Amino acid sequence: MAAWHEKTAHEISSAVRGKQVSAVEVATSFLDRIAAVDGNVDAYTQVWPEYALAQAQAVDAKIARGEDPGILSGAPIGIKEVICTEQGYTTCSSKILEGYQSPYDATIIKKLAAAGAVFLGKLNMDEFAMGSSTENSAIKTTKNPWNLKCVPGGSSGGSAAAVSADMCTISLGSDTGGSIRQPACLCGCVGVKPTYGRVSRFGLVAFASSLDQIGPFSKDVEDAALALNVLCGKDPMDATSADLPVPDFTQALTGDIKGLRLGMPKQCFTEALGAEMREKVMAAIEVLKKQGAEVVEVSLPALDYALAVYYIICTAEASANLARFDGVRYGFRHPEAKDVREMYVKTKSAAFGPEVQRRIMLGTYVLSSGYYDAYYLKAQKVRRLIKEDFDRAFTQCDAIVTPTSPTPAFEFGSKTADPLEMYLSDIYTIATNLATLPGLSLPCGLCASGLPAGVQFMTKPFDESTLLRVAHCYEKNSGITLGKPPIA
Amino acid sequence: MEYEAVIGMEVHVEINTHSKIFCACSTAFNAPANTNVCPICLGMPGVLPVLNREMVNKSVAAGLALNCTISRWSKMDRKNYFYPDMAKNYQISQYDLPLCYKGRLDIEVDGQVKSIGITRAHMEEDTARNTHTLGGGISGVDFNRSGVPLLEIVTEPDLRSAQDAYAYLTTLKQILQYLDVSDCNMEEGSLRAEANISVHPKGSKEFGTKTEVKNVASFSGVAKAIEFEIARQIEVLESGGKISQETRGWDANRGITFSQRSKESAHDYRYFPEPDLMPIVVDEAWEQRIRKSLPELPLAKKRRFKEQYGLSDYDATVLTSTRAMADYLEAAVQAGADAKKAANWIMGDLQALLTDAKQEIQECKVPPAGLAEMIQLIESGTISGKIGKDVLVEMFASGKGPKAIVEEKGLVQITDEGALVAIVRKVLADNPQQVEQFKAGKDRVIGFLVGQVMKASRGKANPEKVNEILRKELSA
Repeated sequence: MAAWHEKTAHEISSAVRGKQVSAVEVATSFLDRIAAVDGNVDAYTQVWPEYALAQAQAVDAKIARGEDPGILSGAPIGIKEVICTEQGYTTCSSKILEGYQSPYDATIIKKLAAAGAVFLGKLNMDEFAMGSSTENSAIKTTKNPWNLKCVPGGSSGGSAAAVSADMCTISLGSDTGGSIRQPACLCGCVGVKPTYGRVSRFGLVAFASSLDQIGPFSKDVEDAALALNVLCGKDPMDATSADLPVPDFTQALTGDIKGLRLGMPKQCFTEALGAEMREKVMAAIEVLKKQGAEVVEVSLPALDYALAVYYIICTAEASANLARFDGVRYGFRHPEAKDVREMYVKTKSAAFGPEVQRRIMLGTYVLSSGYYDAYYLKAQKVRRLIKEDFDRAFTQCDAIVTPTSPTPAFEFGSKTADPLEMYLSDIYTIATNLATLPGLSLPCGLCASGLPAGVQFMTKPFDESTLLRVAHCYEKNSGITLGKPPIA
Repeated sequence: MEYEAVIGMEVHVEINTHSKIFCACSTAFNAPANTNVCPICLGMPGVLPVLNREMVNKSVAAGLALNCTISRWSKMDRKNYFYPDMAKNYQISQYDLPLCYKGRLDIEVDGQVKSIGITRAHMEEDTARNTHTLGGGISGVDFNRSGVPLLEIVTEPDLRSAQDAYAYLTTLKQILQYLDVSDCNMEEGSLRAEANISVHPKGSKEFGTKTEVKNVASFSGVAKAIEFEIARQIEVLESGGKISQETRGWDANRGITFSQRSKESAHDYRYFPEPDLMPIVVDEAWEQRIRKSLPELPLAKKRRFKEQYGLSDYDATVLTSTRAMADYLEAAVQAGADAKKAANWIMGDLQALLTDAKQEIQECKVPPAGLAEMIQLIESGTISGKIGKDVLVEMFASGKGPKAIVEEKGLVQITDEGALVAIVRKVLADNPQQVEQFKAGKDRVIGFLVGQVMKASRGKANPEKVNEILRKELSA
């Protein structure tokens, strides 16, 4: 029998609720796994063995009393550093929040705890979720479990690597321009960015407020559906969260996609896409065709501007969101400042990494008087055009399929010298956020290099059910199993 | 050369919601430092604002009372600047689409009505308060005020004098208090007024360069600061100088304005729409609901008081100056008092007592029904008007009812003929000189004699009766 740490959350939850295993045994298995392999992967920034076991004991106690701890009973979960937890630290992998303890739990942390989840610790990321390789972390360098010389993707690199290396069943990430889907693709797991407004952002340290969304990493689509059942829903603490009913997403996993219209945007299958990735994605589309999907070509003409629009809007919002890290109330404060102004300048200069500083400066620039209309306002207008492109496309199809990333995982340092080159890693994922759509990446095979490839689906806003249904159907019928990454 | 001044006002009022604009913290004033705070108003990482619906209700009410158009669709924006009193280093405010715009407020100056244009009224959050008096080179920040809801009300440059500005402020305060949307207490900072002032040669169409006067602690201070600033600007221009656009403070002790910050170093606030909040959509039904719930405003109430109660223009003005005073009068009338008599008592004796005790009418121990009862005791002849004054003093001090006081102290008016005749005869016997004078034709002496009788009766004698008996006895 496979070790507990190799199992999915739905397997673990039903075994724990069926008293086939205790939550403590499960948690112990995962803690042992972390101790065995995280020295190589460096996914976790903090591991909470005592806290995890205490939560597991509480789950076991509930079961002993005949209560149901919830649909994630005993499922061990890892949390991206950008999500606020009372337990441990919330550093956003930045020096400026070194040692910062949040006085409150994010709404989704409360929801997951109420569903019986067991939190193992926090996961590494690019500083303030800015990056596509997790190389911008001020804490450590997370490796891709499939090849330790390669990046896990980013910004949620730790979350992807931890699921991929069996160091948690489900992990939480945040996705502003692809930060869940791209690392999920590079590490060979399932990653979902729900519709903007589907999941509460209360307790997610903001990078770009109109784009940020929390979502799960998992080993299969069923776990993704299970996690979304817990994560989604209106939160009175988040004015942008949608007051819409949340269906039971596991009900969408019917395996039946007959008659589903699958849109292929021609703009996503150009020369920019690597040959191997193209081949894998086309094969995935063939699988779905065989299951009865009808493939239609759609056009998203404004997509060419997505990257430019994204880097104006996200940096503008980030420049305001990160202004609060000033050394006045919490976090790092430069010890040598003589007055307030110097405290601001020295604190921010010393404790923000170069990518964060670059984006704050970009964002400040595009909002400045005299430049606002040419940059920020124009970008908002083009964002609208991109959204309209998708609206039009969804009159012709029910789901859109694209690659998740132009290439599989790349080697450390290969893109750090050129920010633009790094930004292009998110070329296929960014538009989803700009159009507030739900998106999902799941593995579609291994490349010759032994690195995973991924395919991305998108649907209309709040139609996560269709998203999961398509992904699940592919997963069931692809005949592809990645196997386990070649680590200890 | 003759000059004309042009003044526009920017007034920040704290809206008196129970909780802050974006979180559930109390807005109470004077709590110990940093006790009315939470992660949201402290700007901790990961928090989000949620707009207080009551703030929108109260702001719409204020907008309607100021004859503004209410935006069907407006939004909040971020105003970016760094300062330790800013929890997030941006203030959530409204930039290009304020909730209320294009209104007007009628003010009365020297009996003339002037219409002052209201450019806009927008919602925003207050900042924390910095203190630099802790010693040891340390500055402190009290975040209790951080996130208290503010409405910023901006006028057109329609004011022409310090008097205009004073009238505008008092009228605005009166209306906001009537609406119960703000305490408008300048000492507690729940109303802050800034004046933009410029002067130009009379007849010229072009406005002069303006200065902005801030941090004034009272309405009369604002008026004085404007007067000073107008004179200063004229003097600068007359001596061939130029006005520099700047922010000026007011030194109340020296009675002068002084330069604080030049506009050349003005901030670029990099406003952009607040992505954490949804647009504010006030539909027709919402606006109508608030319009219907608006109380009678001062001007309408004043007109009604004149018609319904036959009060003079002056009395009606005084009695509608605050909603509490108007409510007090109406409650007294409701309890059976004659409106004019009640008005006289409120404006006279009761106001004097309130002024001495530094109390507002709503805090006073005399309930309107108590005043009405006391007036009725006079009407029915149970006590004299003079005793009534003493009874009111006692009611004000102890909170007792008038009947109880009258009984307790034996203040019932002496109307018994026999008893009064006895007192009168004794007074006449004690004052033979005055009796002689009266009989010699000095009729005015009667006043002195009445006074003596009242004194002898310790104020309880019915003065009319005393007069009557005195005349009878003297002519006997």
